Amino acid sequence: MLQGHQTWVFNSMPVIRASAAVGGPFEAEGALHDDFDRLNADIWMGQDSFEKAEKKLLEQACDLAIQQAAMKKADVQFFIGGDLMDQIISSSFAARTLGVPYLGIYGACSSSMEGLALASLLIESGFAQNVLTATSSHNGAAEKQYRYPTEYGSQKPPTAQWTVTGAGAAILGREGTGPHVVAATIGKVVDMGLSDPLNMGGAMAPAAVDTIEAHFRDLQRSPSYYDLIVTGDLGRVGHGIATDLLTQHGIKFSANQFNDCGLMIYQKEQPVFAGGSGCACSATVTYGHLLKRMKKGELHRILVVATGALLSPLSYQQKESIPGVAHAVAIEM
Amino acid sequence: MPSQKKKKLTTAQQQYQKLAKAKEPKRPFLLNMIRAFIAGGIICTIGQAIQWLFITYGKFSEENAGNPTVAVLIMISVLLTGFGIFDHLAQWSGAGTAVPITGFANSMASAAIEHRSEGFVLGVGAKMFKLAGSVIVYGVFSAFVIVLIKILIKALGGI
Repeated sequence: MLQGHQTWVFNSMPVIRASAAVGGPFEAEGALHDDFDRLNADIWMGQDSFEKAEKKLLEQACDLAIQQAAMKKADVQFFIGGDLMDQIISSSFAARTLGVPYLGIYGACSSSMEGLALASLLIESGFAQNVLTATSSHNGAAEKQYRYPTEYGSQKPPTAQWTVTGAGAAILGREGTGPHVVAATIGKVVDMGLSDPLNMGGAMAPAAVDTIEAHFRDLQRSPSYYDLIVTGDLGRVGHGIATDLLTQHGIKFSANQFNDCGLMIYQKEQPVFAGGSGCACSATVTYGHLLKRMKKGELHRILVVATGALLSPLSYQQKESIPGVAHAVAIEM
Repeated sequence: MPSQKKKKLTTAQQQYQKLAKAKEPKRPFLLNMIRAFIAGGIICTIGQAIQWLFITYGKFSEENAGNPTVAVLIMISVLLTGFGIFDHLAQWSGAGTAVPITGFANSMASAAIEHRSEGFVLGVGAKMFKLAGSVIVYGVFSAFVIVLIKILIKALGGI
C-alpha cells in the first residue's frame, strides 16, 4: 500500500526466510568477518578474470541463501539481481546458472535495497511466494571498469572509497520465520552538481538525506522508532555531510543510532580511505551482520538506506556531474 | 571550478557544494610534495648509480649510457608492477613514482596485466596504451612544437 508520496507499507509483512553474505580476503580481515557466511581466500575465486570472480561470488551467496532456507532452486519463483558491471553481467550470468525467472535491476550501490523493496512488492502483491534478491561487487572489477588498472600507481585522495569484494543474497517469502520487511521508501535521483568520482560519498549524501526525510514524512515517524539507521556506502565524508544536513533539518539521532555500512565493514587500520563502497557493502552488512544481530535480539527495528552513485566512466569523462539515489527499507524482527 | 559552470548551479546546489567542500578532508599537498621529492629523488639516484655502473664497467660513454639505464629502470618498474608492489609504493609517493620513466612503464604494464583476460589482441595489445597513449601523443606533439620554435629562432639569426 502506498503511504505518502513514495513509501510502500507491506501489510503482509514479507519474511526474510534466509540470507547470506560472502566476501573476499580483504573482508576477512575486516571488522565484521564473523558475520560472513563464507570468506574466500582467493580474490580471483579460481577464475581467470575479476568479472568471472564476481559472478562466482554472487552464485555462492545465492546458493548459500537457498541452502539456509532449506529450499531448492525450483522453489524460488523470481530472482531480482543487480551489480556494478556494464550491462549487469554478474547478475545476468548468475541468473543463467540459477535458471530462475530473472529481473535485472540497476541502481548502482543502491541495488541491494532496490532489490529487497521490489522483492517485497512481489510477495505483497501475491505474484510470488518466494523471491531471491542478491547483489555483488568486486574490488578489482570495479576499479578496472570505473577507474584505473588495479596495479596502476595512482595516488588516491582521502575522500576515495574501497569497493567491497563480496555478495549478499536474501530469500523473501510469504511465510516462515525471520525478520520482516515492513516498509520501503523509493528515492528520487538527486544531483547537487558534484563531479569528483573519487568523492562519491559527498555526491550521494543529499540523496540519502532526501530519502530518509521522505521516509519519516510519509510514515509520520521520527528516528527514535528505529534502533539503527544505516546508510549504504557514504563513507566518512558522505556520512558526516548527511548527519549535518539531517541535524540542520531537525532530524536528530541518539548516539550510535545513525551509522554507515561503509564505516562498519572494515577495521580502522585497513587502508580504505573514507570507507567501503559497492553494491556488496550494504548487501553484506545487512544480510550478514545486521540480520544476524536482529535474530540474536540485539536489534528490533532497523532502516537500511542503500545509496547509489549513478555515474558511468563515460559520463564523468564528459564532465557530467554525479547523480545519486537512495532507497530505504525498514526491517523489523 | 570555472565560474561559467558554477552559474548553471541552483542556489541549493551552490549551498550544498559549500557545505560538502567544508566537510571534505583536504588533500595533504605539502606532505605529498615532500614524499614525491623523496621518492623521485631516490629513483633518480638509483638511475644515476645504474648509469655510473654502465659507464665504469660496461664500456658505455656518458652519452649512450642513458638508454641501458632507462631499460633497467623500466624492467624494475614492470617487475614491481607484476608482483603487485608498485601501486602500494605509488600511494605513498604519488608523483615521485609517476613522473620518472617508472610511472610510464607502470601505466603500460598495469594496463597489459589488467586486460590480459580480454585476449592478446583486443586486450593486451589494444588496451596497453590506455593510459600511456596520451603521454605519447602529447609528448611527441610538444617535441614537434619545440623544434619548430627552435628552427624559427635559428632562422631569425638567434642561437
